[in-house]
Amino acid sequence: MTGKRILGGYALLAYVFLYAPIAVVVVLAFNGGRDVLYWEGFSTKWFGEALRTPEITHALKLSVLIALGNALVACVLGTMLALALPRMRPWVRVPVDALAYMTLVTPEIVFAISALVFFVQAGARLPWVENPLGWQTILIAHVVFNASVVALVVRARFVSMGQTLEEASYDLGAGPLSTFRQVTFPRLAPAILAGGLLAFTFSFDDFVTSFFVTGPESETLPIYIWGQLRFGVTPAINATAAMILGFTLVAIVVAYVVLRRTAQGREGTAMPGV
Amino acid sequence: MTDSEAEVTKRRRGGARAGAGGPRYPGWLALPAVGWYLLFFLVPLGIMAVTSLGEIAEDSYSDIVYSWTIDNYRYLWDDFAGDTHLYRDIFLDTLKLSVIGTASTLVIGFPLAYYIARYAKHKTLLLFLVIVPFWTSFLIRAYAWLILLDPEFPLFRALGLSGFVESHELLNTPKAIYIGVAYNYLPLMVLPLYAALERMDWSLVEAAQDLGDSPLRAFRRVTLPLALPGVLAGSLLVFIPLTGEYIIPVILGGNKTFYAGNLIAQQFLESRDWPLGSALAMVVIGALTIVLLVYARVLGRQERYG
Repeated sequence: MTGKRILGGYALLAYVFLYAPIAVVVVLAFNGGRDVLYWEGFSTKWFGEALRTPEITHALKLSVLIALGNALVACVLGTMLALALPRMRPWVRVPVDALAYMTLVTPEIVFAISALVFFVQAGARLPWVENPLGWQTILIAHVVFNASVVALVVRARFVSMGQTLEEASYDLGAGPLSTFRQVTFPRLAPAILAGGLLAFTFSFDDFVTSFFVTGPESETLPIYIWGQLRFGVTPAINATAAMILGFTLVAIVVAYVVLRRTAQGREGTAMPGV
Repeated sequence: MTDSEAEVTKRRRGGARAGAGGPRYPGWLALPAVGWYLLFFLVPLGIMAVTSLGEIAEDSYSDIVYSWTIDNYRYLWDDFAGDTHLYRDIFLDTLKLSVIGTASTLVIGFPLAYYIARYAKHKTLLLFLVIVPFWTSFLIRAYAWLILLDPEFPLFRALGLSGFVESHELLNTPKAIYIGVAYNYLPLMVLPLYAALERMDWSLVEAAQDLGDSPLRAFRRVTLPLALPGVLAGSLLVFIPLTGEYIIPVILGGNKTFYAGNLIAQQFLESRDWPLGSALAMVVIGALTIVLLVYARVLGRQERYG
């Protein structure tokens, strides 16, 4: 019993450790003063300041657009992959599976520079490409690992929900397309949405890949923050960070609620973390 | 949309073939994703491998000549085996960072995962709360420690830590990097630990104690072996990305301490020596492959005897 209590206290400390740094950034974003560390009263002026800075609003817009496009493409590719995988023969499935996992575990810097080399080389060989790097290359690179994220989430749900309804649908004469539209999709929709929201946040928050494959014209929000950090932390940076955190947290909580509400305690529906 | 009768019969037979309730979506649905992976993941890795065999043209400072030479690797080998060990030291530091990061997340994360799996009432919610930080911006979570470790940070002073740890020595040192790493990677460790502990049959632990084992002994003989797959999986999830960590050393280390990830980035951002940078990345991939093979062996042995 005492062991339980000690562990409980420890867990509480661990949660403080996990959330204190995030909370500090958010709280200091409301600091009225110019100096980050000296509290001079509550104020939302840095948010206004941030939203009046054209670099920040441009970067925000670009980040949101890339994250949306990425989520859309990743949902289509990832869902199709998740539907196909369980049916494949092992000698096809195992390498495809391995490939999908590889996109998630390869150190990001390695993927980022290989993508950079690839885009530059490909751009040099395509006569109509003037500047090979830009928002398009960020989008393409983000889809690589986010398709795997969506596939992972959707597949867990697809496998756990059982296939009896699909079989009934086929037996009643429906083809794969109408079976998908009428039977599978309605049941998979929450998982696809959750996977899409995760893909959105991963793209929206991504720094390393974006940083290496972007061109001079395309600055996402994390790239902007990275550049500003050279001059030290400012309240405006904290306000920008707080907005990013807000965006991400809303997406995550929506994904969680959607998945929980539809999962209703079924096994294998918890969101995988990777 | 109605299918012809022949189509129906065909599908029926297909269903019979699939047998044990196998889903019946066609395999070609995987093609777009697989094509994307091949074109934008595997081919780039291949091109990087080829680039690592190239060199910089003599009359230029960044043009690559694909000359199929192993000079870059020989250069690195000479450094590893020779007297300069500039690169060797950086790779050893990277290994140290990865090991320290893995060990510290394990030590911090295990009791937490244990508590959630064994005692907590709202397990899913608590686990979710562990993962949420992982889903939020890595960059922001890293730079938050710029504030927290600042000697002028009020909380830091209030805790009286400034005098204790001479906090101004923390930022821009490896210690700050270790703290940032332990913080940022903790969720990745807790998740698989929890997955392993959650499947535990706790009556086994109680049985061991009833039969006279001390709690510590029961933990060592029952809990730990059963949690080992989670420990291994978590260690891998933390260790692998750490070998290429780029963000944290730059932000919290003040770009003073260099790791493999920073070394690779430097070749691409400043030195403009892409062939050497590619070779360095290949060395990281090679080292990781060895780690993965050892891991697979350990896991195989575990399954056989465990």
